[in-house]
Amino acid sequence: MNKWSYKTQRKLILIAFLAVPLALLGMFTYYPAARLLYQSFTDWNGVSASSTWLGFDNYREIFTNPALFGVFLNQIPYVIIGIIQNIVAILFAVILNSKLKGRNGFRVLLFLPFMMNAVAVAFMFQYVFDTSNGSFNGLLGFLGLESLQQSWLGNTSLVNYSLASIGFWRFMGYNMVIYLGALQSIPADMYEAAKIDGSNRFQTLWYLTLPNMTKIIQLNMFLTLSGALAVFDLPFVLTKGGPAGASETFLLKTIQTAFQFNNFGLASAMSIVLVMLTAIILLIQNAVIKRKGD
Amino acid sequence: MQTKKWDPVQGLKYIILAFATFVVLFPPYIIFINAFKSANEGANPFALPESFLNIDNFVNVFVRANILQAFSNTAIIVIVSLIGNIVLGTMVAYVLGRIDFRGKSIVIGAFLFAMIIPAITTQVVVFSLIQSLGLYNSLAAPILLFIGADVIQIYIYLQFIRNIPYELDESGMMDGASLFRIYRSIIFPLLGPATATLIILKTINMYNELYIPFLYMPRQDLVVVSTSIMRFAGNNQAQWGNISAAILLIMIPTTVLYLFLQKYIFSGVMNGAVKG
Repeated sequence: MNKWSYKTQRKLILIAFLAVPLALLGMFTYYPAARLLYQSFTDWNGVSASSTWLGFDNYREIFTNPALFGVFLNQIPYVIIGIIQNIVAILFAVILNSKLKGRNGFRVLLFLPFMMNAVAVAFMFQYVFDTSNGSFNGLLGFLGLESLQQSWLGNTSLVNYSLASIGFWRFMGYNMVIYLGALQSIPADMYEAAKIDGSNRFQTLWYLTLPNMTKIIQLNMFLTLSGALAVFDLPFVLTKGGPAGASETFLLKTIQTAFQFNNFGLASAMSIVLVMLTAIILLIQNAVIKRKGD
Repeated sequence: MQTKKWDPVQGLKYIILAFATFVVLFPPYIIFINAFKSANEGANPFALPESFLNIDNFVNVFVRANILQAFSNTAIIVIVSLIGNIVLGTMVAYVLGRIDFRGKSIVIGAFLFAMIIPAITTQVVVFSLIQSLGLYNSLAAPILLFIGADVIQIYIYLQFIRNIPYELDESGMMDGASLFRIYRSIIFPLLGPATATLIILKTINMYNELYIPFLYMPRQDLVVVSTSIMRFAGNNQAQWGNISAAILLIMIPTTVLYLFLQKYIFSGVMNGAVKG
């Protein structure tokens, strides 16, 4: 390569280094996205060579059929539990950032669930939540709370909270470590100053720690929101959307529409709707963070 | 040394932490004790097994859930994808960080926008693409889908590249090194810490990925960790002894690995979050 001038080399490297990554990006992201957009206006069934142009019919179907757009209601518990999860994670980050014996041990322990295989965790909780043999009902019985014993994954109004709490168990420690990182980047002399000014622990938390973390908290809130929008794995593994469709999510429904009911046209339109909603959340996030940044 | 006063807040912290410890360890504990129980030992999940030497469940699972095969397939996918992904990611970062060209912002934008498309939604189309490439039911399918560079990776690398002084590149050029040589011998090694972060983040993601192996590799011998437990639990509904043993076998290797590498994993996750 040395024979060429650096100018030529730059051109060669530019092409050689970008070719494969961009080809992969085009092939597995943009080509499929474009196909999705096209298919979303058709009634393609996934097999046949031809399909009929439907215009906006699929989209009309999504927004008017409560069985489709309505499943987003099932995803509200994921938002609620997700917000609680962030609050608890901040609490533990603050606790484990303070002077404490065994601090590192607790950090390691709370992060442990995140390192366990997601699917294994799901089945572990299927056992925990099992109605007759489950350890959670057993625990409630042990505490004399038999009246609270439930079919945690079989009760239509509870199933989404049960599923979301599995996410809580797995991700709280992960969030905590992220918040710990944010806490550790707050300069120590600010705390010294607060101490000298005589502010108590609560004041320090409220007026110093939290304001310094707004950016990362906002970011995590938006991640919680967009994550809740695209919930898939837990209901897919544990409930298949049941009982009676109570734990169906929009993405689960999209996949079923395509691969079980062979309605690729409608499924494509649903995918596009999901992408649009994610994009909207991201745009709002950017706007909020920019405004705060000024 | 001063003697410390009893501090109620400190006490409260320990109470909260004790509760959290219980919540974290309770489900794995139940799995642990039930993995050693045979089917006729009763349904009480809290009862201790008759003997912790009863490893029938583990033997059974080991054979029927293809645990070894699952781990070796997962390892192949993760290692090959990581190598490819790191090479591609550093190449993109080198070009974006060191070479000025028209359309650079378009390239960055293309990677950025790709992030908001949930990968599962496009599988509707990718599926037929993989099939037409003849990669359905092969390890190459997930590898091909994992190998591409993503925007978080590019951002992490770009942050690092900006901190590598350009004088290093210049001194390389002074010695007559080619740009490829500069990338390989100067930039790539100096991106090491970022690469370590990415290896951790990506390994966790690929290890947990369920839908891609489920969709593209239904063949029995192409089982990975996620699909092995899913198939096994599906075929052995409510046989908690067996399922517990399967879960335990899957959890132990990563837990041990985590305990050894926790320092690096923590800093990996923190770096990834702050910079991504």
